Amino acid sequence: MLHDAESLPATDMSDNTSLLTTPLNTLHLELGARMVPFAGYSMPVQYPAGLMAEHAHTRNAAGLFDVSHMGQLRLAGPDAAAAFESLMPVDVIGLGLNKQRYGLLLTDEGTIIDDLMFVNRGDHLYVVVNGACKAGDIAHIQEKIGQRCEVIPMPERALLALQGPQAVTALQRLLPGVEQLVFMTGGAFNWNGAELYVTRSGYTGEDGFEISVHETQADALARALLAQPEVKPIGLGARNSLRLEAGLCLYGNDIDTTTTPVEAALNWALQKVRRSGGERAGGFPGADKVLAQLDGSQPAARKRVGLVALERVPVREHVELQSADGQRIGEVTSGLIGPTINQPIAIGYVEAAHAALGTRLNAIVRGKAVPMEVAAMPFVPNRYHRG
Amino acid sequence: MSLKYTPEHEWLSIEGDVAVVGITHHAQDALGDVVFVELPEIGKTYAQHEVAGVVESVKAAADVYMPVSGEIVEVNEELRNDPALANSDPLGAGWFFKVKLSNAAEVDGLLDETAYGDLTQ
Repeated sequence: MLHDAESLPATDMSDNTSLLTTPLNTLHLELGARMVPFAGYSMPVQYPAGLMAEHAHTRNAAGLFDVSHMGQLRLAGPDAAAAFESLMPVDVIGLGLNKQRYGLLLTDEGTIIDDLMFVNRGDHLYVVVNGACKAGDIAHIQEKIGQRCEVIPMPERALLALQGPQAVTALQRLLPGVEQLVFMTGGAFNWNGAELYVTRSGYTGEDGFEISVHETQADALARALLAQPEVKPIGLGARNSLRLEAGLCLYGNDIDTTTTPVEAALNWALQKVRRSGGERAGGFPGADKVLAQLDGSQPAARKRVGLVALERVPVREHVELQSADGQRIGEVTSGLIGPTINQPIAIGYVEAAHAALGTRLNAIVRGKAVPMEVAAMPFVPNRYHRG
Repeated sequence: MSLKYTPEHEWLSIEGDVAVVGITHHAQDALGDVVFVELPEIGKTYAQHEVAGVVESVKAAADVYMPVSGEIVEVNEELRNDPALANSDPLGAGWFFKVKLSNAAEVDGLLDETAYGDLTQ
């Protein structure tokens, strides 16, 4: 049965010398993680508790994720915000001090090079990009705006995520005052001499934090967090099921260089000031196309939607979507049985005429039609701490 | 009555001309938490190596191949309702289906416990 070796990492890949390791590698192995190659790194896909238990623990208590494969960088200099804004359809200049925002690097065709998070740290912007994209992103940013600001990769920084309703309880024992942060803000903290930068954000739909720490102190910090009674280690498997229930895009699956922000239903990420009629409208790569899709003058032909299956059959990426009369109308880009919602959910793209909530369509799984309905996302309600 | 195995990680327990088929401990461990199975139709006949079912965890899907040719005589409805049985008791309550062998000679080509053990080392 187990033909597809790729989907079934049965062996410990940690001795694969072609893979990079994170500063927490020793800890992962000690904890009995199953390691798999991901974004060029050997990463824990699950710990002995298993994906379902890890997913539930994050929803109910607090989960610790190693996301050190992600790219961290600084954009420094007085022109950094204006320069960075020229690469993205979002408001960078207007972002307040220590505020965090979601951003999208675009091609000249208005399609998505990567999605990212950035914080205004006063004298610089702190940026976190996807692990698999980081080399390309840094080269792109350097090429486009390297003359206007200093582009400083931070490969010496590890990144930990602590997610779940009890994350704040656990973290504030180590970092008193961290409870004052609200969703999408950040702050500098000191822990045992280590300089940390903490944002209240994440990729699970839960309240939680992402903590940037120097690689030399990452292991000690992770162990101190795991020593808190609320906290257990969580692998990439549960990270994926948690983000999908939260309706969040996975770069490479749900968005890529073939999708625009409007097709991807990321309109909320494009602030008014950058839209047609806004004070700083346009002026980003692909603006003509993206703004025309946004104002409806050239509507997007397809839309990213959430889907819920009406039968208990998992509907995975690349599954074809058909209208009731059997016409191909799109494709699933991510899908699984959501452990919390306990039913099959998916993200996919459909022709605009079939994107309305409640639309019935069929997913063709192994030649059989599985009925699905276009559903609102998130599939599991967000529980961010907005203060 | 000893178990036979396939390189694709199915096990068979043969009683007379009927084989009970499931997935191995190694297979369920590699898959992780099983959340879905698709079982063959009773009465349907399969050739050896044909896809007869599907087993899926949250993160992965795998086909279940027919380890021997024959007709499906029973499927495990309890497994359909509680796919986690494939994890908790893969060699017992987590069995998938029973097949009536149409070519008993195929059994000789399957792996014994030692050979399968060597394969999964």
